[in-house]
Amino acid sequence: MKNLILTTAALAVAGSMTFADGHSVVRLGTEGAYPPFNFLNDDGEVDGFEREVGDEICARAELTCEWVTNEWDSIIPNLVSGNYDVIIAGMSITDERDEVIDFSDNYTQPDASAYLATSADVDLESAVIAAQTGTIQAAFIASTGATLLEFATPDETIAAVKAGEADAVLADESYLLPIAEADSEVTLLDQKELLGGGVGLGVRESDGELRETLNAAIASMKADGSLNALIAKWEVGEQF
Amino acid sequence: MFSFCTDPASLEGLQWLSCYLTTGKHMSMYWAFGTVLLLLAITAPTALAFGFAGASAARSGIAPLRWIGKTYIAVVRGIPDIAFFLFFVIALDQAFEYIRHRIKCPDWDEPIRQGNDFIVCTAAKLPLGNAPQWVHETYGFMLAVLTFAIVFGAFAANVLFGAMRAVPKGQLETAEAYGMNRRQTFWRVLVPQMWVYALPGLSNLWMVLIKATPLLFLLGVEDIVYWARELGGAKQPQFTDYPHPDWRMWYFAALLVFYLCFTKLSEVVLSRIMARLTHGQATAAGEAQRKAAA
Repeated sequence: MKNLILTTAALAVAGSMTFADGHSVVRLGTEGAYPPFNFLNDDGEVDGFEREVGDEICARAELTCEWVTNEWDSIIPNLVSGNYDVIIAGMSITDERDEVIDFSDNYTQPDASAYLATSADVDLESAVIAAQTGTIQAAFIASTGATLLEFATPDETIAAVKAGEADAVLADESYLLPIAEADSEVTLLDQKELLGGGVGLGVRESDGELRETLNAAIASMKADGSLNALIAKWEVGEQF
Repeated sequence: MFSFCTDPASLEGLQWLSCYLTTGKHMSMYWAFGTVLLLLAITAPTALAFGFAGASAARSGIAPLRWIGKTYIAVVRGIPDIAFFLFFVIALDQAFEYIRHRIKCPDWDEPIRQGNDFIVCTAAKLPLGNAPQWVHETYGFMLAVLTFAIVFGAFAANVLFGAMRAVPKGQLETAEAYGMNRRQTFWRVLVPQMWVYALPGLSNLWMVLIKATPLLFLLGVEDIVYWARELGGAKQPQFTDYPHPDWRMWYFAALLVFYLCFTKLSEVVLSRIMARLTHGQATAAGEAQRKAAA
């Protein structure tokens, strides 16, 4: 009996050794509601710029990756508690977030944030401006004189402007541009805000090794121009 | 789905709609109806079991058991659902992983908490990091069931506690006079009679539970309200074969119909159960039943 216990214990230790080599499967957490960065396509699968970037990074780093969707609100808590290993959700690199998690190198250039409104003459100083909760845009508006109206999803911010609840919405230009093109009711304002340090992958602070692996893959994608090709394809701002 | 769906842009009217409503994404929404019904089917009895245990503990003769029961009822009922769902589930998940960590990796020397991070050895992850996605989803679903059961169990416990007290004292005294001990009185007299007093309160809870399922998405389980919001949102032609403006109103209208039908069905079933439970009871309704039959 004692032997049996010892053998099982030895097996368990050996098993955990092989697992401990690193992540056998890297789980990528995304929001799935922020085109062109990430969205669910007609088949209900994660698609978009970050889908292609993520798959390419995993291929180059020789990682097996799995896509998971998670609500934006709880996307950081679920990363630090270990429900997935990487946040890939159009998340801009900011100092506040960097205190809680670590970021890889940015894989998009800092993208201008734009205002979308129903008319071109909005007084941004005193207007009611919609933004998604917990975004750099929401933090920016809170620091100006305008009134901030927060919503859980990007989609609801647009609906609020069209319903007249808010005067304008502030979000990444690459998100707003397709909407302004498709919908004649709304236009982009001329004023832009430069916020954040580009979009990066979020990883746990203790996961330094994974971060280095991801950085190496991003660097190789930057070097051979494949990242620029994807940026051009999905229209997510300036090239590297 | 259908053979004519290859080029949706060229379709119109009903054909377009039939293609649109059978995309993979819509199929996920139809599945979500199943998820919600399954959740209710599992949660309701589990919550009732939690409630029964809580209520029995709260009226127990053993003081520590009574304190546990009363604390459970008071604390869980006092915490807002959304806070409970955001905090408790992560804490519960971490507690499971911590226990497994202690058992599976006894010679791990790094701290579990490093800054904000919660780190256990890979073998203790729940589910294992390399488990297929459906295992993760099932695990999330089970956590959801457990959390719902604990929250609604506390409310049910309070209802049952009240119902146990509502059983006429004469009934219990008679049982004692017949020589039944405390346990026998509880199981043979009190429990069978309390349901008629508990059912109105429990049916309220059931109705609230039906409508509480959107909290599922906080736990990463995609429920019907999530899909209605996702599918109904405006879609630009770059990102889909079926571009459309904001259609959330229609999706939510469909949900409204679903919920109304479901609550109606529940009411019918509950009133039948009530009629059965009333049979032979010393309540006004029981008396009316007896007279009508006579």
